[in-house]
Amino acid sequence: MGHLAYDAAHLFGGAVLALSFVLLYQRRLTAVINAYALQALVLAIAAAWQGWAQGAPHLFLTAAITLGVKAIAIPLGMHSFVRRLGMNRAVESALGVFPSMALGVGLVALSIMVVLPVTAQSHMLTREDLALALSVVLMGMLMMISRRTALTQVIGFMSMENGLILAAVSVEGMPLVVELSVAVLVLLAFAVFGVFFFRIRDQFDSLHLDHLDRVDGGPR
Amino acid sequence: MIAGLVALVPLLAAVVLGFVRDRAIGAWIVIAASTAAFGLACALPWQMGAGTLLLVDPLSVHMAILTSFVGMTTAWFSRRYIEIEMITGRLDGLRARQYHVLFQAFLGFMLLALLSNNLGLTWGAMEAATIAAVLVVGLPRTDLAISAAWKMFVLCGVGIALALFGTIVLYLAAQPSLGPGLPAMSWSALAVAAPGFKAPLLNLAFVFLLIGYGTKAALAPLHAWMPDAHAEGPTPVSAVLSGSILNVALAVLLRVRGLMASNPDAISPGIPLMALGLLSLLLAAFALWRRYDVKRFFAFSSVEQSGLAAFAFGIGGPAAMFAGMLHVTLHTLIKAAIFQCVGRASQLKGGQKFADIGGLIASHRALGLTLAAGIVAVAGMPPFGLFSSEFLIMLATIRSWPWLALPVGLGLVVGGWALFNRLISLCLGEPTPNRGPAPTLIDLVPAWLHLALAVVLGMAMPAGLVAWFTLVAGGLR
Repeated sequence: MGHLAYDAAHLFGGAVLALSFVLLYQRRLTAVINAYALQALVLAIAAAWQGWAQGAPHLFLTAAITLGVKAIAIPLGMHSFVRRLGMNRAVESALGVFPSMALGVGLVALSIMVVLPVTAQSHMLTREDLALALSVVLMGMLMMISRRTALTQVIGFMSMENGLILAAVSVEGMPLVVELSVAVLVLLAFAVFGVFFFRIRDQFDSLHLDHLDRVDGGPR
Repeated sequence: MIAGLVALVPLLAAVVLGFVRDRAIGAWIVIAASTAAFGLACALPWQMGAGTLLLVDPLSVHMAILTSFVGMTTAWFSRRYIEIEMITGRLDGLRARQYHVLFQAFLGFMLLALLSNNLGLTWGAMEAATIAAVLVVGLPRTDLAISAAWKMFVLCGVGIALALFGTIVLYLAAQPSLGPGLPAMSWSALAVAAPGFKAPLLNLAFVFLLIGYGTKAALAPLHAWMPDAHAEGPTPVSAVLSGSILNVALAVLLRVRGLMASNPDAISPGIPLMALGLLSLLLAAFALWRRYDVKRFFAFSSVEQSGLAAFAFGIGGPAAMFAGMLHVTLHTLIKAAIFQCVGRASQLKGGQKFADIGGLIASHRALGLTLAAGIVAVAGMPPFGLFSSEFLIMLATIRSWPWLALPVGLGLVVGGWALFNRLISLCLGEPTPNRGPAPTLIDLVPAWLHLALAVVLGMAMPAGLVAWFTLVAGGLR
């Protein structure tokens, strides 16, 4: 792999991670959705770039799926729901901006410390992309923990899946990437469907997961 | 060939059921499909071999037969159960149809996950089975059922995501030995080449796979979805959830464990499995004392038994593997019988709280006695088989980790005590008023079949079965 190919792949992987940080501190719902769409767009570019650099045409399909569904269709659908239900207001976070950013930095350091030593014999690009991907996965989890509403939790979940796709495309010669990305997509579609249909259309205001606490098995 | 059909028959049935409006015909299609899947699974021991997509080895055959058996008896049981749920208005016609579709899809994907020879396919099938299970748990559409389904989806979704990361890392570990492409993702090729893998990558993959599939195996502290899903979903699903999805996840963990154990440089997979198993056992045993909902209570009992099985697999060695395998099998059979009884009991009494159900033996002798037998069985008392498997697990513990026999014994005693405590309130004493239809004896036949098998496996295991369990356990390194 040439110098340029390596640098560009690195750049795109890093941009996906940077957007995870953006996702962490956005306050308004539309801004969160936009940041997610941008992350999916960069991921699509990263996948296409890997497809070109590895000479693996099936990755273009993964890129196309990511672009079409994750960067365009899902965000558009979410925007229209948010508009229709008039929920574009600030969403609070269980943690403040600074603590969540600090935790995010900690998670990135953790993934680098975990991944780089164990992949010593692997391809340089694979190693670094894997570390970036693990960071994105962990930050997605952090977002699921720190955000209080179901919709932002689902975006955290989808951002986590972005990390997984980044990992899958950066491992050279990985088979079934397209199939796996379709399977992941089913999971995402289900999550989005779940928020809007499963989770109580008419009770959208009480979309806080707090009332899950009612399922505690106590006498009632 | 047959292996593919085992998974395909329920999946096709799910598709067909989506178009069948007549409920009676639909119910019979369900019964026919799951019985056919069980029949086909019974032919698998003569079909051993590894293909590109499917793997038929003793572990997968054993689990597939067990899963399809429980699927079959639960389908028999579901027919009347769903009829009554519709009469009482808890499910309407559309939901009943959705229930049958999702149940078959769930069964088919679990069988596919068990029989798959490909890491990616196993993962995908597991994911699909999870989605089907989440949908079916949310089916009653009550607030609590929806909350439980959502909680299950979030927790299992995160677990599934971590498992995918583990799968990718495992491929990365296998790639230098097996080259790029499909072989580096096939369980059978991995098992052969695992001793040559780079240990650090294998360790990393193990951690993610353990957490990911451990969530589905309801190992503490990742078990939180399970009691809610059991308490709120339709009862036949609890019967299958409790046995099967735990087993599928345990089967995957067993395969990963085998890879780790055969690599000399990798960390020993036993200790983490034992730690999670012991934690689940103790946590669930004590949690059993503070439950007010019958189904939630037995869900915690499943967490306890799953933990004990994981503990046995963690000890390793032929004896512990044999005991663990026997334990998983028996627990699946017994717990399915219990949930079938609990389902009928809560229909009879019009509620699923301990306060609603009491004096079952007085109000319905057969149902009360069957449930009592089931609880005695799951508490690990003879003549039921769980006594033998728990005895063997204790023996294996004393042989290799004598000090751990104390906490394991404590967990079993505390859990068993709680079970007997509840046995008294559920089955003996003053009967609570009946508010629903009573089950006929035919409705109890599946439960009797399960309990009879548990007695046979405990008291007089035929030599052929001993040889079979030895073969399955022996294949696990």
